[in-house]
Amino acid sequence: MGAKPRIGVFKFSSCDGCQLSLLDCEDELLAVAGAVDIAYFPEATRAEDEGQYDIALVEGSVTTLHEAKFIHSIRDRSTKLITIGACATSGGIQALKNGADVADFISAVYTNPEFISTLDSCTPIKDHVPVDYELRGCPISKHQLIELIAATLAGRWPQTPPHATCMECKRAGHVCVMVAAGSPCLGPVTHAGCGALCPGYARGCYGCFGPKERANTSALAARLAENGADGRAIRRLFSTFNTNAPAFRQEAQRHG
Amino acid sequence: MADAATPVVIEASALDQLISILKSKGFEVLGPVRRDGAIIHDHVESSADLPRGWVDAQSGGRYRLHQEGDAYFGYTVGPSSWKRLLHPPEQPLWRCGTRDGEIRIDAAPVDETRHALLGVRPCELAAIAMQDKVFLDGPYRDPHYAARREGLFIVAVNCSRSAETCFCTSMGTGPKARECYDITLTEFSDGRFLANAGSTEGTEILGALSGRPADAADVDAAEAATDAAARQITRRLETRGLPEILKTSPEHPRWDEVAARCLGCANCTMVCPTCFCTDVEEINDLASGDSARVQRWASCFTADFTYLHGGGAVRESSRSRYRQWMTHKLATWHDQFGTSGCVGCGRCITWCPVGIDITEEAAAIRGSTEGG
Repeated sequence: MGAKPRIGVFKFSSCDGCQLSLLDCEDELLAVAGAVDIAYFPEATRAEDEGQYDIALVEGSVTTLHEAKFIHSIRDRSTKLITIGACATSGGIQALKNGADVADFISAVYTNPEFISTLDSCTPIKDHVPVDYELRGCPISKHQLIELIAATLAGRWPQTPPHATCMECKRAGHVCVMVAAGSPCLGPVTHAGCGALCPGYARGCYGCFGPKERANTSALAARLAENGADGRAIRRLFSTFNTNAPAFRQEAQRHG
Repeated sequence: MADAATPVVIEASALDQLISILKSKGFEVLGPVRRDGAIIHDHVESSADLPRGWVDAQSGGRYRLHQEGDAYFGYTVGPSSWKRLLHPPEQPLWRCGTRDGEIRIDAAPVDETRHALLGVRPCELAAIAMQDKVFLDGPYRDPHYAARREGLFIVAVNCSRSAETCFCTSMGTGPKARECYDITLTEFSDGRFLANAGSTEGTEILGALSGRPADAADVDAAEAATDAAARQITRRLETRGLPEILKTSPEHPRWDEVAARCLGCANCTMVCPTCFCTDVEEINDLASGDSARVQRWASCFTADFTYLHGGGAVRESSRSRYRQWMTHKLATWHDQFGTSGCVGCGRCITWCPVGIDITEEAAAIRGSTEGG
C-alpha cells in the first residue's frame, strides 16, 4: 500500500461513545495512528474538515435537516464510508421518537422548545447514502474497529460475523443465563461483536449490536413469554438502542 | 496391589488421595465444579472443590441445580463438555512475519500439559472416542488435539442418576463406561466407590489408593446403581433405519415446522461434545505487520458457514441449516466415521434456548415417513 489512508471521523446525532472507542484503543492506539492519517477527528485534533477522504467513519443518526444534507457532502468526498455504532446503523435510542408525537417529546424534555429544530424521524445513515461497511454496537467494539482498520490495510474483508451473540458466549465459556436462570436475554437474536459482555456478568443481553442475520425474534419472544415476561416487558426489551432496526421494531410492535 | 481385572472398593477420602497422586505425577486435574448456577469443568485441588450434594434438573431449554443427598457425582452433564479442553474454542495455528528481510512462518506450539479428567461420564467417553476419529484417524491428524489427547488420564464416573434429557441408552453409550478410561468409579449411596482400572497407569494409581478388593456384593451393587440410572431414562431416539429415513426426507414439511421455532443461535452445536467444525481466521498486527491464523469453533447454523465468494450463503434458510445439522449428526456421520454423531447426552435439548428436542424431531420425521 502507498501513502497512509486519509481518515475522517464524523459525528451526527449521537453521544460520541463510538468515536471515543478510537481513542480507547489504548495499547493499539499508536499502531493505529501510525498506520493511518487521521485528518479530521474533532474529539482528538483541531484540524478542519476539508478535502477528500479514503475512509469516512460516520457516527450518529440523521435527525436534523442539516444532517440530512451534510451526509451527502461526506459521501461525495469519501472513497469508503463506514458507519459506526447503533445510531448510525439503525437510528439509535433516539429513534424511539419515530412514530411518536415529536412535539410532545420536545416540550417534555427541553425548557425552551422553540430552540429545537428537528426532523420528525430519526434514521440510519444507509437510508440517505450508500454505506460500504457498518460496525454495530452501542458502543462499537474497539476490537472490531481495529480489525476493520487492519483488514482494510491488509486488503481483505473484515471479520465481523453476523451470527448470534450466543456463539461468543459459548466460546467464552459463560453459563447461559436464559437456560440456567430464566433471565430474559436477546443473545440468540443479536449480532455478535461485544464478546458476550453482559452474560459474562450474569445479565441477559440487551441487544446493543442489533439483529443478527435471520433473527427469529418471534420464537424468542414466545419463549420469553413462557418464562414469565409480559407484553410490555417484551416490547421494551426490543425497544432500546436498536429500536428502529426492522427485526426488533416489528417484534416490539407485535407486543404493543 | 489390584490388577486391571480386580475392582476395588475405596472410601470417599480416597478421592483426595487420587487427586494428590495425579498432581504429584505432574497432571493438571480438571473436574466438576459448581459455578454460575451450573456444573462446569475447571481445576480441582481437592475433593472440597467437587459439587457434593448438588444435582441438576434438566428439560428442553431449562437447567437448574438444587441440593439433594450428599453424592459427589449426583449431577449428570452440564453445559461444558470436555471438547472445551481437547478441541478448544480458539486455537492459534501459525504466525508469519518478516525477520531480517526473510518471510518466516512459525507454527503455534502444541500444548504438552498432561491433564487428568475427573468425572467423565460414559456418554462423554463416547464423544471423546468420536472426536478421536475426526482428529486422529484421518489423513490430516490434528497435532494440537493429538498432544492433549495423548497426555490424558481419564477418571470416568458411571451414572447412578439420569436427567430427563438423557438418552444414552438409545445410542449405546451409557450409563456404564465400557472403554477409553484409565479408572472408572461407581458411587454408592453410602459414600464409597467401586473402582476399576482400564489401563496400566490406571492400575498403578488405583493400587496406591486405600481400599479393599471388591466382593461379588459390591460388584452387584455397582451394577444396580447403573441399572437404576438406565431405568430412569424416559427419552428415546429410535435409531433403526434412521440414516436412510433422514437422507430420503429432504423435503419433509417438518423441517419448515422446526425452522419456525429454531433461533439459529448455534447453541446446540457449541454444547455438542462431538460437533467439530471450525473456521480459520486471519489476524493482522497493525504494529508489526505480522499476520496470524487462528482456528475458531464454527457452526452450520450460521450464514458464514456456507458463504461462497460472490454467491452468498448456500444454506440461506433456517430450514436447510437445521436439516444439515441433524442429518449429518444422525445419518451421514455413519458414512463418514462409521458411527452416529450423537452420544445421547441431551445437551442440545437443554441448552437450546427454546428447547428444540432432537429426539422429538427425529421421531416426527420417522413417524410420518413410515406412516405414509
